[in-house]
Amino acid sequence: MKIVVCVKQVPDTAGGVKFNPDGTLDRGAMLTIMNPDDKAGLEAALRLKDQYGAEVTVVTMGLPKAEEVLREAMAMGADKGVLVTDRVLGGADTWATSTTLAGAIRNLEYDLIITGRQAIDGDTAQVGPQISEHLDIPVISYAQDIKIEGDSVVVERQYEDRYHVVKAKMPCLITALSELNEPRYMTPGGIFDAYKQEITVWGRADLKDVDDANLGLKGSPTKIAKASDKVRKGAGEKVSLDPDESVSYIVDKLKVKHVI
Amino acid sequence: MNLEEYKGVYVFAQQVDNEISSIAFELLGKAKDLAKDLNTDVTAVLIGSGVKGLADQLAEYGADKVIVVDDPELKDYRTEPYAHALASVINKYKPEIMLVGATAIGRDLGPRVSARVATGLTADCTVLEIGDFPLQAVPGQEQLHNQLLMTRPAFGGNTIATIACPYNRPQMATVRAGVMQKIDPIKGAKANVEEFNPGFTPDNKYVEILDIVKSVAETVDIMDAKILVSGGRGVGSPENFKILEDLAEVLGGTVSCSRAVVDSGWKPKDLQVGQTGKTVRPNVYFAIGISGAIQHVAGMEESDIIVAINKDADAPIFDVADYGVVGDLNKIVPKLTEALKAEIAAAK
Repeated sequence: MKIVVCVKQVPDTAGGVKFNPDGTLDRGAMLTIMNPDDKAGLEAALRLKDQYGAEVTVVTMGLPKAEEVLREAMAMGADKGVLVTDRVLGGADTWATSTTLAGAIRNLEYDLIITGRQAIDGDTAQVGPQISEHLDIPVISYAQDIKIEGDSVVVERQYEDRYHVVKAKMPCLITALSELNEPRYMTPGGIFDAYKQEITVWGRADLKDVDDANLGLKGSPTKIAKASDKVRKGAGEKVSLDPDESVSYIVDKLKVKHVI
Repeated sequence: MNLEEYKGVYVFAQQVDNEISSIAFELLGKAKDLAKDLNTDVTAVLIGSGVKGLADQLAEYGADKVIVVDDPELKDYRTEPYAHALASVINKYKPEIMLVGATAIGRDLGPRVSARVATGLTADCTVLEIGDFPLQAVPGQEQLHNQLLMTRPAFGGNTIATIACPYNRPQMATVRAGVMQKIDPIKGAKANVEEFNPGFTPDNKYVEILDIVKSVAETVDIMDAKILVSGGRGVGSPENFKILEDLAEVLGGTVSCSRAVVDSGWKPKDLQVGQTGKTVRPNVYFAIGISGAIQHVAGMEESDIIVAINKDADAPIFDVADYGVVGDLNKIVPKLTEALKAEIAAAK
């Protein structure tokens, strides 16, 4: 079995957000990590490899620095890494990103493609389903459990108040939730081996069956009209009183606001 | 693509088990505003099996027209037949705006459909309005009018971006649940119903549903609650949530919680407020023992009144609270419950 896992290098918003003095996000001061949902997707692929035997190829699109997440994935146990990087691919929205990744994946053999549900920087959850559409294969989003049965996958697909047990013939694309599993750590031997291995680097010319009109900033149908740091509602009052006074304070405020 | 051909504001009217989801009514409320600005009308797209009878409900909440795609293949949500249905509606009717709820269904359906009809999709929008793109005229670039401007948070709620889709149609957005306002239903309103079936031929993309497992439903969805009493790790234990439940009961409210509480296994995930939980905007939000991580704040800061109780005077929750009380929740909350009980009894 051949499994392709898409991963993204993202700023670590969970590990403490840093701000500049003017209130803007200080991205330079924030560490980068492998996107958590993607890491769960990689772990799911590695478990399938442990259980059934598989070749796992990780693919990322980004700046040359994104090679770091491929090395990390290989140190965890992935077999191959592909970095898709090219100036003309920059500034892509989800349409252009999914077009790019589909163009790269067309060069690879796959039974299963696993992506994270969403990245913690954009939070769109769009790229996985869009890749599946470009490749004309089924998608199962929000996977909380993945099993293989012959030439099919059986997946628990999460919804707000239920889950569906869904069966699809491979090839198929699955988007993984970070709740899916607890990703393994890199092993010292794995780290050593990961840095010895070659990483495949592809540019625009290596993408298969894609049109320039659908790539990068220019090929993105959505355009940013404005981006700003969130203006938050200012702090209201803050009091330090003894418990009885605290209670009176809250009751009075709720009365003034006609809550009671 | 001739952009002028695309007309009208369309809403994907999500239903589950032949019951229309609240998000559909919320989208209709917003669609009505947008349609007014564009001098056009609102169409709901209702997809399912045996769903035609639901069309008038959509009319009551603001749909001028309802397109019904009704087919046995559409009984339970599956990506492919639903994507085929919605993409076929878009190709035939050519809407200028297509709104989809940012639900577990919509966030799967939206991207698949947008890729099929080759347009842009903006995810998890919290503000939608009609305006110009670029916002300010730029020399050498035509300023387009009557564009859908879609605003959404990113970076875990740290930044906010306004996005347009000026050169493709439809302009598609998924919209976060609980953000847009429904209209008061117009009793007795009747929809202008049009049935449309593009034909469904199962292929490899039609997955098979082997089983449907429903989780035990909580009595009240926290997104519908007018008063939320929300607890964080500071509550200390699952047993201690009793004091929050007592407070909620006196006020006719509902208990919700932060991610830390769910991660500790104290409360189920469907009570979680925040970036990876639910977005809520109750009349009153009590944040009790919640530090106020940015991911939590992103899910509750639109509440009308925020009351925070926390022993840490530097907790970031106080930066968004209208009324912040620094103190021990174990001493304050039970007394508050008693005091409110007395007040409410006296008012009767």
